[in-house]
Formats: sequence, structure tokens, C-alpha cells
Amino acid sequence: MSLDRSDVERIAHLARLQIDESDIPAYTENLSNILNLIDQMQQTDTSGVAPLANPLDAVQRLRADEVTEGNQREALQKAAPAVEDGLFLVPRVIE
Amino acid sequence: MEWEVVIGLEIHVQLSTTTKIFSGASTAFGAEPNTQACAVDLALPGTLPVFNENALRMAVMFGLAVNAEIGKRSVFERKNYFYPDLPKGYQTTQLAEPIVGPGFVDIETEEGVQRRVRLHHAHLEEDAGKSLHEDFHGMSGIDLNRAGTPLVEIVSEPDMRSSKEAAAYARKIHAIVTTLGICDGNMAEGSMRCDCNVSVRPKGQEEYGTRTELKNINSFRFIERAIDTEVARQIDLIEDGGTVLQETRLYDPDKNQTRSMRSKEDANDYRYFPCPDLLPVVIDDSYIEAIRETLPELPDARRERFISEYKLSDYDAGVLSGYSAQADYYEAVVKACGDTKLAANWVMGELAKYLNQNDIDIKQSPVSADQLGGLLERIKDDTISGNIAKKVFETMWTDGGSADEIIEAKGLKQVTDTGAIEKIVDDVIANADKQVEQYKAAEPEKRGKMLGFFMGQVMKATGGKANPGAVTGILKKKLDALCD
Repeated sequence: MSLDRSDVERIAHLARLQIDESDIPAYTENLSNILNLIDQMQQTDTSGVAPLANPLDAVQRLRADEVTEGNQREALQKAAPAVEDGLFLVPRVIE
Repeated sequence: MEWEVVIGLEIHVQLSTTTKIFSGASTAFGAEPNTQACAVDLALPGTLPVFNENALRMAVMFGLAVNAEIGKRSVFERKNYFYPDLPKGYQTTQLAEPIVGPGFVDIETEEGVQRRVRLHHAHLEEDAGKSLHEDFHGMSGIDLNRAGTPLVEIVSEPDMRSSKEAAAYARKIHAIVTTLGICDGNMAEGSMRCDCNVSVRPKGQEEYGTRTELKNINSFRFIERAIDTEVARQIDLIEDGGTVLQETRLYDPDKNQTRSMRSKEDANDYRYFPCPDLLPVVIDDSYIEAIRETLPELPDARRERFISEYKLSDYDAGVLSGYSAQADYYEAVVKACGDTKLAANWVMGELAKYLNQNDIDIKQSPVSADQLGGLLERIKDDTISGNIAKKVFETMWTDGGSADEIIEAKGLKQVTDTGAIEKIVDDVIANADKQVEQYKAAEPEKRGKMLGFFMGQVMKATGGKANPGAVTGILKKKLDALCD
């Protein structure tokens, strides 16, 4: 399977990655190679093999429904570029 | 052409857990912005989600209540999209292996249309935060308190055929989740939100028409109005030779119209994949059966019991059992006054009227079930009439107090002493020569209706406190005696 330029641009957009025009041919080739490798792996007959979610065969641990995290707003907002009235401020979002 | 409407609903129910689905931060409503958003909710690097057992238990309860298969193995996946109120850049949700598999609920509209609505599945996921678009110097404000609140998303099959059925289905889901106690059911605060998938097709056609999705509707009334509006729009469009586009639309209750939000053409590509931070959730039969044993009486069963045990009509039983807090209140009133029909009339009548007018949930009713029960006892034992009871209720609502205290303080006790009533009746008759002449001149079978005037005068003279039954009897006796 091989990607073309527009696929790469679309993937970059979905991931909100800004990429240089000049890098697109290299990305296209590298990503295509990865997909080709996956294609090759897909040739293996896995019928009758259950999908593996975790190599340790572990299952999800559960947590009791008790408050363990209090108000840490001050500490957590220290790293934010802009806050006001307790809110994080971000570039305006318009639906 | 005759059109058939096809509706499927996706209902988001906020679970009433104490903490978030994947963190130990509180989910209490109404806190100061971002005071209940911890490092996990903010998706800070190095944090890991840990699944809340109570959210799992509540989702299983729901599944059992809607006759569904429970997923003994369920898997969380990441739904990837970017929005500032979703700090991780993905929503943790379930897709291929949800906790609740196919099930069904039976609904009935107010007009008596019955239908079984199949559930495709229900899954667990986390809520997003809130974006405030008021002007913060050209920026948006983000409150992440809600981020990570556990939701169950309930996805129906496209089984509903009218807006009324859709509203009846939403009411049934509301009744179930509030009865189970897994959701507070407060739609105004967003505890239950509804997306409606709507399409139309010529009657008799097998194939579905193109559907639109109406987002985030938060009242039963708006579900009906939004669907009716959208159905009319689609039919007009098709009959004018146009085609319906598959898109998400927003319902504007003020203008009563829907408008396009985004089309599926440029829809997000969510790139779901199993969340590597969370392992498969595995439960066994004993876990499920232990939860089954904790299930309360469900709305359908309660309705049946109200009919058989309290001899209520189908309609009354349906209304009273439709909201668990109301059903609890009703049963407490019955216990206090011992009259099932009178209790039903007052809970659905006077009490409901005051609650609606003041926009108060029955759980916050200023008049308790015991107070109301005490009032109804005084109607039953003829201490006061139904009309006086309404005045007592009004005082109870505004100033509190028991029925006996209010009746005593205001001197509202009904006059049942026939001697006293006879004296008043005599006075009234003596001062109404004209009406007495008319009464005497009337055909005997028409006289009954003419009692109204005298009745009104007696009530006026007694401040409404005379026992209406006793007054009627005495009036009739005395007036008829004049006619002989």
C-alpha cells in the first residue's frame, strides 16, 4: 500500500502537525514503507488466533469511588499560558 | 405523498458517581471552575487513568434493567479529535466491545401507542469539559471540572416512528436511570442529553432515507419540537425536489428551527484504537448476578403494582411511576393518608401545579409527603372541604406547618353542626325573596340547578367552611317545604 501527497497532508492535519512542504516526499515514502511492512505481516495466517490485548494477559484494575484528588487549581494552572477567573484561556473557538 | 418518520436516539446519561471515571477528582455539580480537575483530567504527562468500579457497576445495572446482554469483556478505545475542552486530544470511550450489548425497552405514548424499542448497545465514556465563549479579550475560557465525568451513552435502533414515541422513549430511559439511582436525571444541568437521528421515507418504502442528527437536546418537550421541526423541513425539502444531506444540525428552541452545524462530508476521522493505558475490563457471572440482586423495582413493575395494589387507572399509574422521586413521594402520601385515589389526585394535581409553576423538582418540594398526607386525612374525615384544603395547601407551601396547625390557626374547620347550618340557611332564604319565588315557580326537576345560588350565599356567610353535603341537604329540605 502506498500513500500519496494528499494522504500525508490529511494525516498531518488530523494530528494538527505542521509539516514543511519539502519534507512531504520523505514522509510519504517512510509512511508507505511502514504500511507495506504491515501488509507483509497481514499475509500471516492468524485464523484461530485470538487478538492479544496485553502480553501479560492482565485485566483492568478497578478503583474505589472515593475522592482522592482535591482542589489543585493553583498548582495546575501555573504552567498555563493564560488564565482568568479560574478558567484556562485558549484561542477563541468558534463552532 | 404519505411520509413515515424514522427516529433513533443516542442518550448520554451522566452517572452519579462521587468521582470521575478515571480519576479521584470530585464530580459535584456547580464547583468553582477547574477546582475539580486533577492531573489525570488535565492529561498532564505521566498520568495514568484508573477505572472507577462504581461507574462499571452502574453501567451493568443499566444493562440488566433494559434486558441486555452484559459484556463480560469490554474494551476502552480512544476517539481522536481536537477541541480545547478535551485536553487529551481524544475521548476515552468504547466501540467494538461495549459494556452493554443489545437490549430493549417497551414504551407507550400519551395516546396509548405501544412499541418495543431495541437498544443497539450502551457504552461507557468520559464527558468533556466546558468551553465558555463569552469574550475573554478575544479568547475562550475553559472549565475542565466536567472533563472525565462518567457517561453511559445509550444507542437505540431506529425503531421510533413519531416525535411522541421518541419523547416517550426518552422519558422511559429517564425513569429507569433515576429509579436505579445511577443518574440524578436533572436535564437542565445536563445530566441527561439527547441526540436524535431523524429521517423520512415514503410510507411503505423499506429503505431508510438520509438522516440528520439533532445534537444535545436537553428536555423532553424540545425532543418533540425539534423532531417535528426537522421532519417538516426534510419533507418540504424533498417535495420541492431537493435532497437531505447527512449532517449534524442544531435545534434552536427560541426560533423553533434547526440549522446546519457540520456536514458528515468533512466529518472528523476519529481513528479509534484500543486505549493502551487501559486494559480490557473483565467481569464474571457472580459479579453480574450480585448486581442483579441489588436492582430496585423498575418503572414497568411499579406501574403494574400501582394498578393492582392501589387500583389506579392505567394513566395515573403511568404518570406516577414515570419518575421515581414522584412515585416515592406518592407512596409516602398513601401511607400517611390511606387513600390511594385522593393521594394520586393531589400529587398529580395541586402539588404538580405548584412544582411546575415554581420550577421545583419534587425532591425539593417545600411540602413533604407527610404534610400532604396529613392534609388529605382532614379532607377524608370531613374536617375541611376540598376547596378549603387548597387554601391550606397554599399556606403549607409558603409558610410551612401541618394541616392541623393551619386549620386551627386560621379557623378553617368545617361547620358540620346542622343546627348552625340550618340557622344560616334560614337567614339566606329570608333575604332572597326573588330567588325563592323563582325556585318555587320552576319545574321540580329544574330546581336542583337553582340550588347553586343559595349554596353560594351559605358558603359566603360561612367563609366556605360549611360542609357542602350537609348544606345541600338542608337547603333542599327547606326550599322544597316552601313549595308545598
